[in-house]
Amino acid sequence: MTSRQKSAPEEAAPPPAALTIDALGRKCPIPIIMLAERINEVPLNATVAVLADDPAAFTDVPAWCRLKSHHHVASYELPGGGWAIHVRRNY
Amino acid sequence: MAYFDAASTEPLHPAAREALIANLDAGGADPARLYGSARRARLLLERARAEAAEAIGARPDEVSFTSSGTQAVHLGVLGTLLGRRRAGRHLVTSAVEHSSVLQAGAVHQREGGTVETVGVDLTGRVDPAEFAAAVAREGTALACLQTANHEVGTLQPVPEAAEACGAAGVPLLVDAAQTLGRLPIPAGWSVLAASAHKWGGPAGVGLLAVRKGTRWRSPLPEDERERRRVPGFENVPAAVAAVAALRAVIAEAEEENARLSALVDRVREAVPRLVPDVEVVGDATRRAPHIVTFSCLYVAGEAILTELDRAGFAVSSGSSCTASTLRPSHVLEAMGVLTHGNVRVSLPRGASGAEVDRFLSVLPGIVRRIRESVGVRT
Repeated sequence: MTSRQKSAPEEAAPPPAALTIDALGRKCPIPIIMLAERINEVPLNATVAVLADDPAAFTDVPAWCRLKSHHHVASYELPGGGWAIHVRRNY
Repeated sequence: MAYFDAASTEPLHPAAREALIANLDAGGADPARLYGSARRARLLLERARAEAAEAIGARPDEVSFTSSGTQAVHLGVLGTLLGRRRAGRHLVTSAVEHSSVLQAGAVHQREGGTVETVGVDLTGRVDPAEFAAAVAREGTALACLQTANHEVGTLQPVPEAAEACGAAGVPLLVDAAQTLGRLPIPAGWSVLAASAHKWGGPAGVGLLAVRKGTRWRSPLPEDERERRRVPGFENVPAAVAAVAALRAVIAEAEEENARLSALVDRVREAVPRLVPDVEVVGDATRRAPHIVTFSCLYVAGEAILTELDRAGFAVSSGSSCTASTLRPSHVLEAMGVLTHGNVRVSLPRGASGAEVDRFLSVLPGIVRRIRESVGVRT
């Protein structure tokens, strides 16, 4: 079992993403449902940015990536609260 | 209604009900006084204390009855930190302790102390080496670790933590709330806390044990009761009933654990097979016998609790927007597992295979309907 600490959010500005999903103000599981619906819109190895401010999303988007074998790149704090959670499409 | 929320509170054990009723009058006098009925109340209280001490492997004078498990933890944490003030002001806990431990830590921090929280792996288990390293740090006054996690059932490495604490000369507070009565208490604790309603005793009784030689000072105003450890008039009938239940569940534990653990295995095996996109969380084998937790993708915790209640099942959830909180459970967050769609099934004494099978038969349809209602197909 990998020893895993919840990754602290990055403070640097996020790099550009192929698709941005605005889930600000939406409660989990809605941000995850939006991500699952739309991840196939980007090419393989491209990045989707999920903007979310429900605290559950900070844990649940990376957990979804682990379950669905996609890659959680990083989570970047947004200036107005919440995070840009970057996910790379693996398949 | 099938009651699957024993980790919140275990239904009153028949032995507790009987003892409570039998001692409501006899245990009602003030055990601190010297007349006949008072002496009889004191005798009842001291006999309960001796039996509780025997059950946890302590001396009677090390054991106090508190008004709850939470009070036992608060007094245990803050009292030991106060008693050990000269040794240091650093507290070590795990990230998945009960909120009573974390909130006592928050009080310590507000009063100028420091707190280090040791993380857990994906199963919710503390890494013993990481815990040992934290404990060995200069100025550590107290370390706290639960026997088993209350939300996912994973057993913690208490023996290893106790060894590390022993080597560092740091007292270890063990929160045994989820396992006392079900599993033997691991050796090596300095302070022990537990809660009677978790083992089938009445609400309003906790246990606090402080080993001889462990420095402890009450963080509360002076009071003569319970050897100056716990303030307030003792609830003798409830303490007697709590200990009656404890002895009864210990006597039944081997048989009942095997039965409930097999039912938990059934749930752990069947849920991922019957429901798509589900993660069963917590350790599959190093776990409390009666707890199993899983998370369903794309499902709101509140929706699944409501539907299960309608179908006749009382379960709980660590998801946000359930019960009292807008935040997801700190346990699930620390583990890094899905926090939404979370269901904890915790089986009380006597839970039947037929009830578990009925749960497994209604769950797939409930999850499918909730997903369809938000436009998700799996």
